[in-house]
Amino acid sequence: MSLDLDTAAPHSRHAHRAGRGAGRGRASRRPLTRLDLKFSPYLYVLPFFVLFAIFGAYPIVYTVWIALTDRSPLNATINFVGLDNFVELLTDDPQFWNAVVNTFGMFVFSTVPQLLLALLLASALNRRLRAQTFFRMAIAMPIITSTAVVALIFSMIYAREFGLANWLLDLVGIDPIDWRASRFASWFAISSMVNWRWIGYNALIYLAAMQSISKDVYEAAALDGASRRRQFWSITIPQLRPTIIFTLIISTIGGLQLFTEPLLFTSGSGGISGGSQGQFQTITMYLLDVMNQRFRWGYAGAVALVLFVLIALMSIVNYLLARRISSDK
Amino acid sequence: MTTTTLGPRPVAGAGKTRGRPHSADRLWRATPLTWFGLVFGVILSLFPFYWMIVIASRTNDAANSWPPPFLPGGRLGENIQRVLANGDANIVKGLMNSFLVSGTITIATVFFGSLAGFAFAKLRFRGKNALLLVILASMMVPIQLGVLPLYILMAKLNWLNTMPSVTVPFLIGGFGIFMMRQYAEQAVPNELIEAARVDGCSTWGVYWHVVAPALRPAAAVLGLLTFMEQWNQFFWPFVVLADPANPTVQISLRSLNSAYFADNSQIFAGTLIATLPLFVVFVLFGRQIIGGIMEGAVKS
Repeated sequence: MSLDLDTAAPHSRHAHRAGRGAGRGRASRRPLTRLDLKFSPYLYVLPFFVLFAIFGAYPIVYTVWIALTDRSPLNATINFVGLDNFVELLTDDPQFWNAVVNTFGMFVFSTVPQLLLALLLASALNRRLRAQTFFRMAIAMPIITSTAVVALIFSMIYAREFGLANWLLDLVGIDPIDWRASRFASWFAISSMVNWRWIGYNALIYLAAMQSISKDVYEAAALDGASRRRQFWSITIPQLRPTIIFTLIISTIGGLQLFTEPLLFTSGSGGISGGSQGQFQTITMYLLDVMNQRFRWGYAGAVALVLFVLIALMSIVNYLLARRISSDK
Repeated sequence: MTTTTLGPRPVAGAGKTRGRPHSADRLWRATPLTWFGLVFGVILSLFPFYWMIVIASRTNDAANSWPPPFLPGGRLGENIQRVLANGDANIVKGLMNSFLVSGTITIATVFFGSLAGFAFAKLRFRGKNALLLVILASMMVPIQLGVLPLYILMAKLNWLNTMPSVTVPFLIGGFGIFMMRQYAEQAVPNELIEAARVDGCSTWGVYWHVVAPALRPAAAVLGLLTFMEQWNQFFWPFVVLADPANPTVQISLRSLNSAYFADNSQIFAGTLIATLPLFVVFVLFGRQIIGGIMEGAVKS
C-alpha cells in the first residue's frame, strides 16, 4: 500500500506518513502517475547528460584516438601511428618542454603569493572593522574584469617605453626593465595579472571559512597565553585545511590552463608564440600553435592529453602537500 | 554548513568578551597594521579600474608620455566613438553577441540546473549517486582536453564563426547542478514535497509550485555568477570565432590588440565598454555575488 508513495518520498523515514494519505494513495497508482514517478527524475537530469555526451565525453574519447594518428587537415589519409606522437613529444620536443617550464614557473609565481596574500587579507578582514561591506566589495571588484581586459591593462602597465611599472622603478632609481624580453620578467608580469584578479576572490573564500571557526577556541588559546601569530598557525591554518586544499586545486586547474594573459601580453599579431624566444609560451598556447599553425592534429591531441595528465598529477601533489603542511602544525 | 551573512561581524562575540581579560578582547581588534594592509589592498584592487578611465580619456599621445598620466582627460567620448566605429573590432556586434550568448546560457543554466538539482536532492532513482559522480568529474576536465575534436565537430555542424558554437556546449554545467542540489537539500523541506504530492501534484508540479520558488535566492546567485563567467569567456571563443566580423566582445578586444599600430587610448576605451555591463551588475548585486562566493566556499 505505502509502496507507491514511498517511491515519491525522498527518505524512507517518512514512509509512515504514507498512511495518512492512504485515501489518495489509490490515485497514485494510476499508470500515468507511476510513469511520472519513475521517469521524471531521469528526464530532469537528461539535458546535462545529452550535452555532456556530445560536447564533453565524445571529444575526450576522440582526442585519445586522434593522438594515436597522424591526422592533419593537410593530409588526405589518416594513418595509425601508435604512440609515436607521445614519444616525440616527451623525448624530442624542446619547445613543448619550454612551454611546460614556463607554465609551471608562472603557476608557482601566481599561486603561492596569491594564496598567501589572500590568507593575510582574510585574517585582516576577520577583525572587528568598520566598513566591512566596502572592503569586501573593493577587494572582490577585480573578478568582474575578463582575463582579456586584465591582460590589456597590465600590458600597458608593463610597457617598455612609457609603462607605469618602469616609472615606479625609476622613482626608486632602478633602470627600466624590458618586461617581455626575459623569462623571469615576463613570468613576473604575467603572474601579477593572475594575482591581481584572484587574490580578493580567494580572500573571501578564506574569510568565510575563518568565520565558521568558533571564537571560543581563540579565546581559550589567548587565555593560555598563545600569541596572535601562534593562534594563526595553530588554530586558523589547521581549521582552514579543507578550504586551502579547495583553493589550491581550483588554482591548479586554472593556473596550468593559463592562456589569455600571456597571449595578449604581446600586442600586434603573433601572440601565440609567447615572446621572441617563446619565453612565456604556455602549454595551452603551444597546443593551439600545433593545432592551428602547424596543422598537426594528431600531435595536438597528444599535447592535450599530456596537459590533462599534468593537471591531474599536480592536483594530487597539491592535495597531499596541503594535507601534510597543516597536519604537521 | 554555516551560512555567511554580509555586513559587520556579529557584535555578540565582542560583547561577550568585554568582561574577560584584556587579551581575549584584543583578539579581534583591528590594529593600525590591519588598516594599513587593507587600505593598501583596496588601492591595488581599484587602481587598474581608475587607470583604465585615465587612459581611455586621453589622446594616444598623452597616454604614451613620460611620466605617465595620472589624471583623467577629456577625450573619453571621442575615444569611445572611435572604438565603436573601429571596423576591425566590430565591438558593437561583439556586445550584442555577448549579451545574447551570456543571457541564453544563464537562463538555461538556472533552469536546467535547478531541475536537475531538485532531482538529485529530493527524488529517488536508480543510479543517482553514479550519475552525480559523473557530474562532479565533468567539472574537473579542462576544455583544452577535448578542444580539437570539439573544433572538428563545430566545423562539421557548420557552426564555426557563429554563436551556437559558443552557446550550445555550455547550456548546462556541472557546477550549476551541484550548487542547486546543495541548496535544495537544505532549503526545501521534505514535508513540503510530500504535502504537495498528497495534494495530487505531479513531479513537475512539485518542481514548479514548491521547489522552484524555494530555490529563488540560490538561482539568482547562480545566474549572476554564470553571466559573469560567460561574459568573460575567452579561450573557446578564440578558437572557434576566428572571423573578426562576428565576435564576442572579448574577441573584439583581441582584435583591437592585434592591430599593427597599438592605439592604447582606443584599446582602453574598449576595455571600459567591455567591463561596464559587469560593473553595473556588480554595483547592483555585489552583495549577493560576494555572499554566493563565500557560501559556496563554506559548503564545498
